[in-house]
Amino acid sequence: MAITSIKNLKEFSTVNERFEGAHLLCPGCAHSMIVRELMNATDDNLVISSATGCLEVCTAVYPYTSWDTSWIHIGFENAASAVSGAEAMYKARKRKGTLKDPDAPVKFVAFGGDGATYDIGFQWLSGAVERGHDFTYICLDNENYANTGGQRSSATPVGAHTTTAQAGRVSYGKKQKKKDMVAIMAAHGAPYVAQLAPNKWKIMAKGFQKALETEGPCFINTVSACTTEWKFDPKDTIHITDLATDTLMFPIYEIIDGHELNILYRPKNIIPVEEYLAAQGRYKHLFKPENKHVIERIQKEIDEKWEYLQRREESRV
Amino acid sequence: MADKMELNEVEVWDGNYAAAQALRQAQIDVVAAYPITPSTPIVETYGAFVANGYIDGEYVMVESEHGAMSTCVGAAASGGRVATATSSQGFMLMVEVLYQASGMRLPIILNVVNRAIASPLNVRGDHGDMYAGRDSGWVQLDAFNAQEAYDLNLCAFKIAEDVNVRLPAMVHQDGFLTSHTAQNVSPLSDDEAYEFIGDYKAIDEMLDFSKAVTYGAQTEEDWHYEHKAKQHRALMDSYVVIDRVFAEFKEKTGREYKRVESYMMEDAEVAIVALGSTVETAIQAAEELRENEGLKAGVVAPRCFRPFPFEDIQEVLKDVKAVAVLDRSCPMGAMGALFNEVSASMYTTTSRPIITNFIYGLGGRDFSLEDAKHIFREQKGHADVGYITTQIQQFSGLRGPKLGFFESKRSK
Repeated sequence: MAITSIKNLKEFSTVNERFEGAHLLCPGCAHSMIVRELMNATDDNLVISSATGCLEVCTAVYPYTSWDTSWIHIGFENAASAVSGAEAMYKARKRKGTLKDPDAPVKFVAFGGDGATYDIGFQWLSGAVERGHDFTYICLDNENYANTGGQRSSATPVGAHTTTAQAGRVSYGKKQKKKDMVAIMAAHGAPYVAQLAPNKWKIMAKGFQKALETEGPCFINTVSACTTEWKFDPKDTIHITDLATDTLMFPIYEIIDGHELNILYRPKNIIPVEEYLAAQGRYKHLFKPENKHVIERIQKEIDEKWEYLQRREESRV
Repeated sequence: MADKMELNEVEVWDGNYAAAQALRQAQIDVVAAYPITPSTPIVETYGAFVANGYIDGEYVMVESEHGAMSTCVGAAASGGRVATATSSQGFMLMVEVLYQASGMRLPIILNVVNRAIASPLNVRGDHGDMYAGRDSGWVQLDAFNAQEAYDLNLCAFKIAEDVNVRLPAMVHQDGFLTSHTAQNVSPLSDDEAYEFIGDYKAIDEMLDFSKAVTYGAQTEEDWHYEHKAKQHRALMDSYVVIDRVFAEFKEKTGREYKRVESYMMEDAEVAIVALGSTVETAIQAAEELRENEGLKAGVVAPRCFRPFPFEDIQEVLKDVKAVAVLDRSCPMGAMGALFNEVSASMYTTTSRPIITNFIYGLGGRDFSLEDAKHIFREQKGHADVGYITTQIQQFSGLRGPKLGFFESKRSK
């Protein structure tokens, strides 16, 4: 049964699973929480495409599969194309009357990491959204190419250490700002775009349901804390995600029809970003005296973004 | 329901239009495409059919050829008939997904209007793109004129979708020479064409929710090899179905296709092996040489580039003394691919004719009747003395100094 009727996490843990627990994702990886929650957000049949990445390599190693639903993986860049092909075929066959069960309700979903979404699959996603296919694209944003051992992506934040944007004697890690994918997808005019996090699971479930129920292409960026590359203890995934949302490093909000912005979570006490950074190995070099300016820059950019989001929300435009 | 189209017994169509008509008659569920010269008119014509009520399926105009083939893969895994068209750079952008389509055993039909590959940029026909597909696991059928482009499209659906094949298939035609040259084409009626192809048979489809399917799994050293070997076997064995479909097509239309076409080979002393529209040039040259010079020339043309008709080549060339194999793709540091494959076929026989290689027609350089005659006469020279009198690889029709490579080490 879909998650709508579930009141607490204990019940959540007993719902019918279409994503099997026996997968190869790291202990403490947030991917499986997000994927399971998406699949539990609806009772409809699902056709899912996955981009090459952690989720894909950990869930479909022949002769096993974790997917008790229709699932396809083609390549790193084309999950949005794969799902749009499936959706087009559904429309054609529905019209022609060749579906085995024409009344079975179905939702089309694509999963991609930030590598697949922000970088290599950007064009394919943009094309699929512009064409207006009825699908929901979920980005599992762990801010690096974790599947290949932690290289930079355009979702990697300023100051983070990755193997291709390293912190060293003369470097503080990544120099460039994170790409604002949520704004880019909203600018496509997608009917529903959001940024959600698995620690705020009720908000996330609602957002997923909204996306699945909205006709047309929807995009959701989810923060997926990466124990391996962010370097924290696997038991701390939700704690780290709490810090991400409560420092406003990851503000939780939605944009409807490309313009109507709603903030979905306001931390009671906004925590200084230092606390979030200090909890992860990928930022430890920022606490050297010569890198203090980077932490200041990160805090400043968070404050500015929060101010911007609040003004956008207030203005109702 | 889509409207039907009344066609004349003989239409004047170019290769692109002929292919588009065959796609319409196949009642495809999803066409996902991106236009590129010289295959653009296939996609445009199909779009006109959509706009005027002749198509029930979806027509998805995507953002790139990679996106086109990716969308085709997602659609084909969802249990319906799928096709697209491309050329040259578009083909090259698709290459990654060609392998994924065949690896997942999805019977997609791809019309490839052959064109040269940059750099330098060139929109004219050669076989660079066709050759780039030769290890991709697709059936590759080659049309030499507009009629064949139409016929082979109908056959391609029936071959690819057969339960014993379930592999994607390409139908090739030469850019401009075939794709933009209007010729007489005898089409089937809409009903006859569809009846020949038949309904699509969905297998392991993503839209049958009674059974979950996983497409595009990961296999490493434990299973990858077995998967690829099985796929190779399916392509090797597909000739049985190809032959059967060609036979059924002949029964319906009277038009006969073979995996290796041969012309005047019954008593031929020398032969040209070629692909594409060049075949018709070579046939005319052979006819004229036979009439005017008494030269027993013949022409051999693989209709089926993949699966490569290894044994049929052996059979058709077994009594020939000298063979010129023509490659319309620059091999870049090796002998031409068709030369290598024909040579491999013949080396494993006892007859082992003299075989030389010509590179020709790159980037749409004209291959004339005289060029073909010159090659035939040179073969006659080899045949008369019993050894290769020229370099083994030569460039035909190249301006500037003559270019060729390698001398024969066979006894003179």
